[in-house]
Amino acid sequence: MFEYFNIFLKSMFIENMVFAYFLGMCSYLAISKKVSSALGLGIAVTFVQVMTVPLNYLMYEYILKPGALQWLDPTMAELDLSFLTFILFIASVATIVQLVEMIVEKFSPSLYNTLGIFLPLIAVNCAILGGSLFMQQRVDSGTYANFGHVLTFAFSSGIGWAIAIVLLAAIREKMEYSNVLPPLRGLGITFITTGLMAIGFMSFGGVDLNAFNKKPQPKVDEVPVTTVTPEIVPVVDSLQVVVDSVKVDSNQVVK
Amino acid sequence: MSDKKEGLFSKSNIKLVTNPFNDDNPVTVQVLGICSALAVTVQMKNAFVMALSVTVVVAFGNVIISLLRNLIPNRIRIIVQLVVAAALVICVDQVLKAYAYDVSKQLSVFVGLIITNCILMGRFEAFALGNKPWPSFLDGLGNGLGYGIILMIVAFFRELLGSGKLFGIELIGSSVEKTGAYASGYVNNGFMLLAPMALIIVGLIIWVQRGINKKLIEKN
Repeated sequence: MFEYFNIFLKSMFIENMVFAYFLGMCSYLAISKKVSSALGLGIAVTFVQVMTVPLNYLMYEYILKPGALQWLDPTMAELDLSFLTFILFIASVATIVQLVEMIVEKFSPSLYNTLGIFLPLIAVNCAILGGSLFMQQRVDSGTYANFGHVLTFAFSSGIGWAIAIVLLAAIREKMEYSNVLPPLRGLGITFITTGLMAIGFMSFGGVDLNAFNKKPQPKVDEVPVTTVTPEIVPVVDSLQVVVDSVKVDSNQVVK
Repeated sequence: MSDKKEGLFSKSNIKLVTNPFNDDNPVTVQVLGICSALAVTVQMKNAFVMALSVTVVVAFGNVIISLLRNLIPNRIRIIVQLVVAAALVICVDQVLKAYAYDVSKQLSVFVGLIITNCILMGRFEAFALGNKPWPSFLDGLGNGLGYGIILMIVAFFRELLGSGKLFGIELIGSSVEKTGAYASGYVNNGFMLLAPMALIIVGLIIWVQRGINKKLIEKN
Protein backbone atom coordinates (compact mmCIF):
# COMPACT_ATOMS: atom_id res chain seq x y z
CA MET A 1 0.00 0.00 0.00
CA PHE A 2 2.79 2.38 0.93
CA GLU A 3 4.40 2.00 -2.46
CA TYR A 4 1.43 3.85 -3.96
CA PHE A 5 1.86 6.59 -1.40
CA ASN A 6 5.57 6.73 -2.19
CA ILE A 7 4.99 7.01 -5.94
CA PHE A 8 2.38 9.66 -5.26
CA LEU A 9 4.68 11.86 -3.18
CA LYS A 10 7.71 11.20 -5.34
CA SER A 11 6.19 12.15 -8.68
CA MET A 12 4.31 15.10 -7.21
CA PHE A 13 7.13 16.81 -5.33
CA ILE A 14 10.54 15.19 -5.63
CA GLU A 15 10.45 14.45 -9.34
CA ASN A 16 8.16 17.32 -10.20
CA MET A 17 7.58 17.48 -13.97
CA VAL A 18 8.47 21.15 -14.17
CA PHE A 19 11.22 21.60 -11.62
CA ALA A 20 13.14 18.37 -12.07
CA TYR A 21 12.62 17.61 -15.77
CA PHE A 22 11.51 20.93 -17.33
CA LEU A 23 8.57 19.26 -19.05
CA GLY A 24 5.71 21.34 -20.36
CA MET A 25 7.77 24.51 -20.06
CA CYS A 26 6.30 26.26 -23.10
CA SER A 27 2.74 26.44 -21.86
CA TYR A 28 4.03 26.77 -18.30
CA LEU A 29 5.68 30.08 -19.19
CA ALA A 30 3.04 31.27 -21.62
CA ILE A 31 -0.13 30.72 -19.58
CA SER A 32 1.03 31.64 -16.10
CA LYS A 33 0.08 35.30 -16.06
CA LYS A 34 -3.20 34.75 -14.21
CA VAL A 35 -4.03 32.26 -11.48
CA SER A 36 -7.47 31.46 -12.90
CA SER A 37 -6.24 30.41 -16.34
CA ALA A 38 -3.24 28.64 -14.81
CA LEU A 39 -5.62 26.60 -12.66
CA GLY A 40 -7.73 25.74 -15.73
CA LEU A 41 -4.69 24.54 -17.66
CA GLY A 42 -3.41 22.62 -14.65
CA ILE A 43 -6.69 20.74 -14.27
CA ALA A 44 -6.82 20.03 -17.99
CA VAL A 45 -3.27 18.63 -17.96
CA THR A 46 -4.03 16.41 -14.97
CA PHE A 47 -7.18 15.18 -16.68
CA VAL A 48 -5.45 14.31 -19.94
CA GLN A 49 -2.47 12.81 -18.11
CA VAL A 50 -4.76 10.44 -16.17
CA MET A 51 -6.38 9.35 -19.44
CA THR A 52 -3.32 8.93 -21.64
CA VAL A 53 -0.59 7.46 -19.44
CA PRO A 54 -2.60 4.35 -18.41
CA LEU A 55 -3.80 3.92 -22.01
CA ASN A 56 -0.23 4.12 -23.26
CA TYR A 57 0.80 1.68 -20.55
CA LEU A 58 -1.71 -0.86 -21.85
CA MET A 59 -0.54 -0.27 -25.42
CA TYR A 60 3.06 -0.68 -24.42
CA GLU A 61 2.40 -3.78 -22.37
CA TYR A 62 0.23 -5.60 -24.93
CA ILE A 63 1.44 -4.31 -28.31
CA LEU A 64 4.81 -2.61 -28.32
CA LYS A 65 7.03 -4.37 -25.81
CA PRO A 66 9.42 -7.02 -27.16
CA GLY A 67 7.36 -10.19 -27.13
CA ALA A 68 4.21 -8.36 -26.10
CA LEU A 69 2.12 -9.78 -28.92
CA GLN A 70 2.42 -13.27 -27.50
CA TRP A 71 -1.18 -13.14 -26.31
CA LEU A 72 -2.25 -12.94 -29.95
CA ASP A 73 -0.25 -15.81 -31.30
CA PRO A 74 2.69 -17.78 -29.89
CA THR A 75 4.65 -17.29 -33.12
CA MET A 76 4.75 -13.53 -32.49
CA ALA A 77 6.74 -13.93 -29.29
CA GLU A 78 9.91 -12.64 -30.93
CA LEU A 79 8.34 -9.58 -32.50
CA ASP A 80 9.72 -6.28 -31.20
CA LEU A 81 7.63 -3.25 -32.14
CA SER A 82 9.20 -0.87 -29.66
CA PHE A 83 10.48 1.39 -32.43
CA LEU A 84 6.87 2.40 -33.02
CA THR A 85 6.56 3.74 -29.47
CA PHE A 86 6.77 7.43 -30.29
CA ILE A 87 4.27 7.42 -33.12
CA LEU A 88 1.69 5.33 -31.25
CA PHE A 89 2.04 7.33 -28.05
CA ILE A 90 1.64 10.68 -29.78
CA ALA A 91 -1.27 9.34 -31.83
CA SER A 92 -3.06 8.20 -28.70
CA VAL A 93 -2.36 11.52 -26.98
CA ALA A 94 -3.71 13.51 -29.90
CA THR A 95 -6.78 11.27 -30.19
CA ILE A 96 -7.58 11.43 -26.49
CA VAL A 97 -7.22 15.20 -26.47
CA GLN A 98 -9.59 15.49 -29.42
CA LEU A 99 -12.06 13.09 -27.80
CA VAL A 100 -11.94 14.83 -24.45
CA GLU A 101 -12.55 18.14 -26.16
CA MET A 102 -15.61 16.81 -28.00
CA ILE A 103 -17.04 15.05 -24.93
CA VAL A 104 -16.57 18.04 -22.67
CA GLU A 105 -18.10 20.36 -25.24
CA LYS A 106 -21.15 18.10 -25.54
CA PHE A 107 -21.84 17.33 -21.90
CA SER A 108 -20.50 20.24 -19.91
CA PRO A 109 -20.47 23.55 -21.73
CA SER A 110 -19.45 25.41 -18.58
CA LEU A 111 -16.38 23.21 -18.11
CA TYR A 112 -15.69 23.60 -21.82
CA ASN A 113 -15.65 27.34 -21.44
CA THR A 114 -12.96 27.08 -18.77
CA LEU A 115 -10.88 24.27 -20.26
CA GLY A 116 -11.79 24.52 -23.93
CA ILE A 117 -9.16 26.92 -25.12
CA PHE A 118 -6.40 24.97 -23.38
CA LEU A 119 -7.26 21.53 -24.66
CA PRO A 120 -5.73 21.81 -28.17
CA LEU A 121 -2.55 23.14 -26.55
CA ILE A 122 -2.23 20.04 -24.45
CA ALA A 123 -1.68 17.75 -27.43
CA VAL A 124 1.73 19.33 -27.85
CA ASN A 125 2.49 19.74 -24.16
CA CYS A 126 5.72 17.89 -23.45
CA ALA A 127 4.49 16.97 -19.98
CA ILE A 128 1.90 14.61 -21.48
CA LEU A 129 4.18 12.77 -23.90
CA GLY A 130 7.00 13.02 -21.37
CA GLY A 131 4.83 11.35 -18.75
CA SER A 132 4.16 8.46 -21.10
CA LEU A 133 7.84 8.13 -22.02
CA PHE A 134 8.95 8.18 -18.38
CA MET A 135 6.30 5.57 -17.68
CA GLN A 136 7.75 3.38 -20.45
CA GLN A 137 11.28 3.84 -19.11
CA ARG A 138 10.25 2.99 -15.55
CA VAL A 139 8.20 -0.02 -16.60
CA ASP A 140 11.30 -1.29 -18.41
CA SER A 141 13.44 -0.78 -15.34
CA GLY A 142 10.82 -2.40 -13.11
CA THR A 143 10.02 0.65 -10.98
CA TYR A 144 6.34 0.49 -11.89
CA ALA A 145 5.13 -3.07 -11.82
CA ASN A 146 1.39 -2.84 -12.36
CA PHE A 147 -1.49 -0.74 -13.61
CA GLY A 148 -2.08 0.83 -10.22
CA HIS A 149 1.45 2.20 -10.02
CA VAL A 150 1.11 3.76 -13.46
CA LEU A 151 -2.27 5.28 -12.61
CA THR A 152 -0.87 6.77 -9.40
CA PHE A 153 2.10 8.19 -11.30
CA ALA A 154 -0.17 9.72 -13.95
CA PHE A 155 -2.42 11.41 -11.43
CA SER A 156 0.27 12.74 -9.14
CA SER A 157 2.56 14.00 -11.88
CA GLY A 158 -0.38 15.91 -13.36
CA ILE A 159 -1.20 17.40 -9.96
CA GLY A 160 2.47 18.29 -9.49
CA TRP A 161 2.46 20.18 -12.79
CA ALA A 162 -0.75 21.97 -11.80
CA ILE A 163 0.74 23.00 -8.44
CA ALA A 164 3.82 24.35 -10.17
CA ILE A 165 1.93 26.49 -12.69
CA VAL A 166 -0.51 27.86 -10.10
CA LEU A 167 2.35 28.82 -7.80
CA LEU A 168 4.20 30.60 -10.60
CA ALA A 169 1.01 32.42 -11.67
CA ALA A 170 0.49 33.63 -8.12
CA ILE A 171 4.05 34.97 -7.98
CA ARG A 172 3.69 36.66 -11.36
CA GLU A 173 0.45 38.35 -10.33
CA LYS A 174 2.27 39.88 -7.38
CA MET A 175 5.25 40.77 -9.54
CA GLU A 176 3.12 43.10 -11.65
CA TYR A 177 3.61 45.69 -8.95
CA SER A 178 7.35 45.44 -8.67
CA ASN A 179 9.84 47.45 -10.65
CA VAL A 180 11.90 44.90 -12.58
CA LEU A 181 14.90 45.94 -14.66
CA PRO A 182 13.67 46.59 -18.22
CA PRO A 183 15.73 43.86 -19.97
CA LEU A 184 14.57 41.28 -17.42
CA ARG A 185 10.88 42.17 -17.64
CA GLY A 186 8.54 39.42 -18.69
CA LEU A 187 10.42 36.33 -19.75
CA GLY A 188 13.77 36.87 -18.04
CA ILE A 189 12.49 37.35 -14.51
CA THR A 190 10.04 34.47 -14.99
CA PHE A 191 12.93 32.14 -15.77
CA ILE A 192 14.84 33.26 -12.70
CA THR A 193 11.73 32.95 -10.52
CA THR A 194 11.20 29.42 -11.78
CA GLY A 195 14.84 28.64 -11.01
CA LEU A 196 14.42 29.85 -7.44
CA MET A 197 11.21 27.83 -7.10
CA ALA A 198 13.09 24.78 -8.35
CA ILE A 199 15.69 25.33 -5.62
CA GLY A 200 12.85 25.38 -3.13
CA PHE A 201 11.40 22.16 -4.50
CA MET A 202 14.81 20.49 -4.24
CA SER A 203 14.31 20.44 -0.48
CA PHE A 204 11.66 17.76 -0.99
CA GLY A 205 14.54 15.52 -2.05
CA GLY A 206 15.33 15.07 1.64
CA VAL A 207 11.96 13.47 2.38
CA ASP A 208 12.42 9.95 3.73
CA LEU A 209 9.96 8.03 1.58
CA ASN A 210 10.42 4.74 3.36
CA ALA A 211 9.74 6.17 6.81
CA PHE A 212 6.29 4.55 6.96
CA ASN A 213 7.51 1.41 5.39
CA LYS A 214 10.21 0.61 7.92
CA LYS A 215 9.76 -2.25 10.30
CA PRO A 216 10.12 -1.16 13.91
CA GLN A 217 13.74 -1.92 14.74
CA PRO A 218 15.03 -2.97 18.13
CA LYS A 219 16.40 0.02 19.92
CA VAL A 220 20.18 -0.09 19.94
CA ASP A 221 20.34 0.77 23.64
CA GLU A 222 18.27 -2.21 24.65
CA VAL A 223 20.30 -4.78 22.79
CA PRO A 224 23.18 -5.10 25.30
CA VAL A 225 20.75 -5.34 28.22
CA THR A 226 19.05 -8.42 26.87
CA THR A 227 22.27 -10.06 25.77
CA VAL A 228 24.48 -9.43 28.76
CA THR A 229 26.65 -12.51 29.13
CA PRO A 230 30.02 -13.20 30.75
CA GLU A 231 31.76 -12.81 27.41
CA ILE A 232 31.80 -9.07 26.87
CA VAL A 233 33.77 -8.75 23.66
CA PRO A 234 31.33 -10.54 21.33
CA VAL A 235 28.47 -8.44 22.62
CA VAL A 236 30.22 -5.29 21.56
CA ASP A 237 30.77 -6.85 18.16
CA SER A 238 27.14 -7.73 17.70
CA LEU A 239 26.16 -4.27 18.83
CA GLN A 240 28.49 -2.87 16.21
CA VAL A 241 26.85 -5.09 13.63
CA VAL A 242 23.43 -3.81 14.62
CA VAL A 243 24.59 -0.22 14.38
CA ASP A 244 26.20 -0.90 11.00
CA SER A 245 23.09 -2.53 9.61
CA VAL A 246 21.03 0.43 10.75
CA LYS A 247 23.45 2.76 9.00
CA VAL A 248 23.38 0.80 5.79
CA ASP A 249 19.62 0.73 5.88
CA SER A 250 19.30 4.46 6.37
CA ASN A 251 21.67 5.05 3.44
CA GLN A 252 19.52 2.97 1.17
CA VAL A 253 16.48 4.85 2.33
CA VAL A 254 17.92 8.19 1.38
CA LYS A 255 18.45 7.05 -2.17
CA MET B 1 11.82 41.90 -53.02
CA SER B 2 9.47 39.76 -55.07
CA ASP B 3 11.43 39.15 -58.19
CA LYS B 4 9.86 36.59 -60.50
CA LYS B 5 12.98 34.44 -60.28
CA GLU B 6 14.24 34.72 -56.79
CA GLY B 7 17.77 33.42 -56.32
CA LEU B 8 18.36 30.50 -54.01
CA PHE B 9 20.38 32.69 -51.69
CA SER B 10 18.62 36.00 -52.13
CA LYS B 11 18.59 38.55 -49.34
CA SER B 12 15.20 37.54 -47.95
CA ASN B 13 16.20 33.90 -47.95
CA ILE B 14 19.44 34.60 -46.10
CA LYS B 15 17.43 36.58 -43.58
CA LEU B 16 15.34 33.49 -42.88
CA VAL B 17 18.47 31.73 -41.66
CA THR B 18 20.09 34.58 -39.77
CA ASN B 19 17.03 36.13 -38.10
CA PRO B 20 16.54 33.35 -35.57
CA PHE B 21 20.06 33.89 -34.25
CA ASN B 22 19.13 37.12 -32.53
CA ASP B 23 15.94 39.09 -33.27
CA ASP B 24 13.71 36.07 -33.64
CA ASN B 25 15.46 33.49 -31.49
CA PRO B 26 13.19 30.51 -30.84
CA VAL B 27 14.22 30.10 -27.19
CA THR B 28 14.76 33.58 -25.85
CA VAL B 29 12.27 35.55 -27.96
CA GLN B 30 9.58 33.19 -29.22
CA VAL B 31 9.69 31.12 -25.98
CA LEU B 32 9.58 27.80 -27.83
CA GLY B 33 11.35 24.53 -27.19
CA ILE B 34 12.45 25.35 -23.68
CA CYS B 35 11.86 21.94 -22.13
CA SER B 36 14.71 20.23 -23.92
CA ALA B 37 16.90 23.32 -24.00
CA LEU B 38 17.17 23.12 -20.24
CA ALA B 39 17.29 19.41 -19.67
CA VAL B 40 20.11 18.33 -21.99
CA THR B 41 22.60 21.08 -21.25
CA VAL B 42 24.65 19.43 -18.51
CA GLN B 43 27.29 18.47 -21.09
CA MET B 44 28.20 20.20 -24.32
CA LYS B 45 28.36 16.90 -26.19
CA ASN B 46 24.75 16.07 -25.39
CA ALA B 47 23.65 19.60 -26.17
CA PHE B 48 25.42 19.44 -29.53
CA VAL B 49 23.78 16.15 -30.50
CA MET B 50 20.41 17.44 -29.38
CA ALA B 51 20.80 20.69 -31.33
CA LEU B 52 21.79 18.73 -34.43
CA SER B 53 18.82 16.36 -34.10
CA VAL B 54 16.35 19.21 -33.65
CA THR B 55 17.82 21.10 -36.62
CA VAL B 56 17.49 18.04 -38.86
CA VAL B 57 13.93 17.35 -37.74
CA VAL B 58 12.76 20.96 -38.07
CA ALA B 59 14.40 21.50 -41.47
CA PHE B 60 13.11 18.31 -43.08
CA GLY B 61 9.77 18.45 -41.30
CA ASN B 62 9.31 21.95 -42.68
CA VAL B 63 10.07 20.68 -46.18
CA ILE B 64 7.58 17.81 -45.89
CA ILE B 65 4.81 19.97 -44.44
CA SER B 66 5.49 22.59 -47.09
CA LEU B 67 5.19 20.01 -49.87
CA LEU B 68 1.93 18.74 -48.38
CA ARG B 69 0.57 22.17 -47.53
CA ASN B 70 -2.13 22.18 -50.20
CA LEU B 71 -3.24 18.62 -49.42
CA ILE B 72 -3.68 18.82 -45.65
CA PRO B 73 -7.28 19.51 -44.58
CA ASN B 74 -7.27 22.36 -42.12
CA ARG B 75 -9.16 20.54 -39.37
CA ILE B 76 -6.72 17.68 -38.95
CA ARG B 77 -3.51 19.54 -39.58
CA ILE B 78 -2.22 19.16 -36.03
CA ILE B 79 -2.38 15.40 -36.17
CA VAL B 80 -0.69 15.39 -39.59
CA GLN B 81 2.06 17.60 -38.24
CA LEU B 82 2.51 15.31 -35.24
CA VAL B 83 2.76 12.24 -37.45
CA VAL B 84 5.37 13.86 -39.71
CA ALA B 85 7.34 14.95 -36.65
CA ALA B 86 7.07 11.54 -35.02
CA ALA B 87 8.23 9.75 -38.17
CA LEU B 88 11.30 11.99 -38.46
CA VAL B 89 12.09 11.67 -34.76
CA ILE B 90 11.92 7.87 -35.00
CA CYS B 91 14.53 8.04 -37.79
CA VAL B 92 16.77 10.30 -35.71
CA ASP B 93 16.32 8.08 -32.66
CA GLN B 94 17.27 4.95 -34.57
CA VAL B 95 20.35 6.66 -36.05
CA LEU B 96 21.43 7.85 -32.61
CA LYS B 97 20.92 4.42 -31.11
CA ALA B 98 23.06 2.92 -33.87
CA TYR B 99 25.94 5.41 -33.99
CA ALA B 100 25.94 7.29 -30.68
CA TYR B 101 24.51 4.86 -28.18
CA ASP B 102 25.96 6.51 -25.05
CA VAL B 103 24.60 9.93 -25.93
CA SER B 104 21.24 8.44 -26.84
CA LYS B 105 21.11 6.72 -23.42
CA GLN B 106 21.95 9.99 -21.67
CA LEU B 107 19.37 11.98 -23.61
CA SER B 108 16.84 9.26 -22.65
CA VAL B 109 13.29 10.51 -23.13
CA PHE B 110 14.33 13.84 -24.53
CA VAL B 111 14.94 12.46 -28.01
CA GLY B 112 11.32 11.35 -28.06
CA LEU B 113 10.24 14.69 -26.73
CA ILE B 114 11.52 16.42 -29.88
CA ILE B 115 8.08 15.47 -31.24
CA THR B 116 6.36 17.83 -28.85
CA ASN B 117 9.12 20.42 -29.03
CA CYS B 118 7.18 23.61 -29.54
CA ILE B 119 9.69 24.86 -32.14
CA LEU B 120 8.49 22.13 -34.48
CA MET B 121 4.80 22.87 -34.18
CA GLY B 122 5.46 26.59 -34.13
CA ARG B 123 7.43 26.57 -37.39
CA PHE B 124 5.09 24.10 -39.10
CA GLU B 125 2.09 26.25 -38.24
CA ALA B 126 3.60 29.66 -38.73
CA PHE B 127 5.84 29.13 -41.73
CA ALA B 128 5.72 25.81 -43.56
CA LEU B 129 1.95 25.81 -44.06
CA GLY B 130 2.19 29.01 -46.08
CA ASN B 131 5.51 28.88 -47.90
CA LYS B 132 7.37 27.00 -50.60
CA PRO B 133 9.73 24.13 -49.71
CA TRP B 134 13.06 25.94 -50.14
CA PRO B 135 12.29 28.96 -47.90
CA SER B 136 10.73 26.52 -45.42
CA PHE B 137 13.92 24.50 -45.37
CA LEU B 138 15.99 27.61 -44.69
CA ASP B 139 13.58 28.73 -42.01
CA GLY B 140 13.80 25.35 -40.31
CA LEU B 141 17.58 25.41 -40.57
CA GLY B 142 17.76 28.91 -39.09
CA ASN B 143 15.47 28.11 -36.20
CA GLY B 144 17.26 24.86 -35.45
CA LEU B 145 20.59 26.68 -35.38
CA GLY B 146 19.20 29.54 -33.30
CA TYR B 147 17.99 26.96 -30.81
CA GLY B 148 21.37 25.25 -30.98
CA ILE B 149 23.25 28.45 -30.17
CA ILE B 150 21.33 28.98 -26.94
CA LEU B 151 21.81 25.31 -26.07
CA MET B 152 25.56 25.57 -26.59
CA ILE B 153 25.86 28.76 -24.52
CA VAL B 154 23.94 27.26 -21.61
CA ALA B 155 25.88 24.01 -21.84
CA PHE B 156 29.19 25.90 -22.03
CA PHE B 157 28.66 27.57 -18.67
CA ARG B 158 27.11 24.56 -17.01
CA GLU B 159 29.83 22.15 -18.06
CA LEU B 160 32.74 24.54 -17.51
CA LEU B 161 31.66 25.71 -14.06
CA GLY B 162 29.98 22.49 -13.00
CA SER B 163 32.56 19.90 -13.94
CA GLY B 164 35.53 21.88 -15.27
CA LYS B 165 35.29 20.32 -18.74
CA LEU B 166 34.31 21.25 -22.26
CA PHE B 167 33.15 18.47 -24.58
CA GLY B 168 34.47 16.08 -21.91
CA ILE B 169 38.03 17.48 -22.12
CA GLU B 170 39.43 18.53 -18.76
CA LEU B 171 40.51 22.13 -19.22
CA ILE B 172 41.70 23.12 -15.79
CA GLY B 173 43.18 19.88 -14.54
CA SER B 174 41.66 16.72 -13.20
CA SER B 175 39.43 17.06 -10.15
CA VAL B 176 40.09 13.44 -9.16
CA GLU B 177 43.88 13.58 -9.21
CA LYS B 178 44.02 17.17 -7.98
CA THR B 179 46.14 18.58 -10.77
CA GLY B 180 46.10 22.00 -12.39
CA ALA B 181 43.80 24.53 -10.74
CA TYR B 182 42.45 21.89 -8.37
CA ALA B 183 45.88 21.59 -6.75
CA SER B 184 45.57 25.15 -5.48
CA GLY B 185 42.14 24.56 -4.00
CA TYR B 186 39.69 25.24 -6.86
CA VAL B 187 36.40 23.37 -6.44
CA ASN B 188 33.75 22.65 -9.04
CA ASN B 189 30.39 24.25 -8.49
CA GLY B 190 28.25 21.11 -8.38
CA PHE B 191 25.11 23.20 -8.19
CA MET B 192 25.59 24.09 -11.87
CA LEU B 193 24.76 20.51 -12.78
CA LEU B 194 21.37 20.64 -11.05
CA ALA B 195 18.13 21.69 -12.65
CA PRO B 196 17.60 25.17 -11.15
CA MET B 197 20.82 26.64 -12.53
CA ALA B 198 19.76 25.89 -16.11
CA LEU B 199 16.72 28.11 -15.63
CA ILE B 200 18.72 30.87 -14.03
CA ILE B 201 21.38 30.79 -16.77
CA VAL B 202 18.72 31.10 -19.47
CA GLY B 203 17.27 34.01 -17.50
CA LEU B 204 20.66 35.69 -17.46
CA ILE B 205 21.17 35.07 -21.19
CA ILE B 206 17.83 36.77 -21.85
CA TRP B 207 18.95 39.67 -19.68
CA VAL B 208 22.19 40.11 -21.61
CA GLN B 209 20.50 39.74 -25.00
CA ARG B 210 17.80 42.28 -24.21
CA GLY B 211 20.32 44.60 -22.66
CA ILE B 212 22.12 44.72 -26.01
CA ASN B 213 19.08 44.49 -28.27
CA LYS B 214 16.73 47.07 -26.76
CA LYS B 215 13.81 46.49 -29.12
CA LEU B 216 13.15 43.08 -27.59
CA ILE B 217 12.27 44.53 -24.18
CA GLU B 218 8.71 43.68 -23.10
CA LYS B 219 6.28 46.41 -22.16
CA ASN B 220 4.90 45.46 -18.75
